[in-house]
Amino acid sequence: MEEAIAVTAPVGAEDTHMERLASIEREGLRDDLPRFDAGDTVRVMVRVREGEKERLQAFEGNVIARRGGGISETFTVRKVSAGVGVERIFPLHSPSVASIELIRRGRVRRAKLYYLRKLSGKAARIREKREK
Amino acid sequence: MTTGLIGRKLGMTRIFADDGTVTPVTVVEAGPCPVLQVQADRVQLGFGQRKAKRASKAALGHAKAANLEAAPRVLREFPLAGDAPEVGSTVTVELFTPGDRVKVTGTSKGRGFQGVVHRYGFGGGPASHGSTRHRRPGSIGPGTNPSRVLKGKKMPGHQGAARHTELGLTVMRVDSEQNLLFIRGAVPGARNGIVTIAKQGGRSRHD
Repeated sequence: MEEAIAVTAPVGAEDTHMERLASIEREGLRDDLPRFDAGDTVRVMVRVREGEKERLQAFEGNVIARRGGGISETFTVRKVSAGVGVERIFPLHSPSVASIELIRRGRVRRAKLYYLRKLSGKAARIREKREK
Repeated sequence: MTTGLIGRKLGMTRIFADDGTVTPVTVVEAGPCPVLQVQADRVQLGFGQRKAKRASKAALGHAKAANLEAAPRVLREFPLAGDAPEVGSTVTVELFTPGDRVKVTGTSKGRGFQGVVHRYGFGGGPASHGSTRHRRPGSIGPGTNPSRVLKGKKMPGHQGAARHTELGLTVMRVDSEQNLLFIRGAVPGARNGIVTIAKQGGRSRHD
């Protein structure tokens, strides 16, 4: 994926438990996912098991939060389906997330968009981010 | 061989199975542990290194007898199982295979002087309506007869920083290149603490 793991030890501390654990986690991180952040619209392809068969299910909506770090990082996707708000929390590095497609980048002013839960219709729109 | 070895707790993380199932694991850097002494029923293992100027002459001599360059930081004894290992040989994480039941012993995190609500899970008293027994234990026994408090009464006191053994844990993964054990669930003590991991019969707490 994108960023190196947040935990970086000072020089000479490569053998500390924190640095060791971070390097163990790094082995499990995925690097095949696009960069995205809160406010973006994504389509997450989820692996769904039905008996013996495995198929992909799409979940499309706004990313309203990313939390945690390393291999435990998760992101929350919110969509309004048939008038009902639906949120799903995905572990970013889970194999059950087959792929993530970045559909639209949003311009937002905070990292957690929980305020969207109280808004509906036009008020719940997110402005598109214009790249200079 | 022995039934266990000594390690250093690195911290907790998670493992994903192919179907997306998440397992919380504690990563322990375990071994390689040199064998320092073999007796009729037990084996003494070492772990880590002490600087030469920090080790006593006795500890250095003990290490030298096992052909070690430095004195180990910790010594622990384990029951002898099967053939006696040679002094100077090492025990590694390959002692374990994924799926093994293990017990992990360490020094739990110190909690300081704690009241009965935190220490023993007492219910405590009402918060309001004139109550003054907020987090107090209440009565600690009968009156004139026996006119003493029974031994073993649960009262406030120091909690934690004591030896604790967590039973019935499962080894999820063994990394013999990096000397790592991935053990399902939590393990006593703070990160960077010394723990011992030993094989255990019986059932896992996760079955």
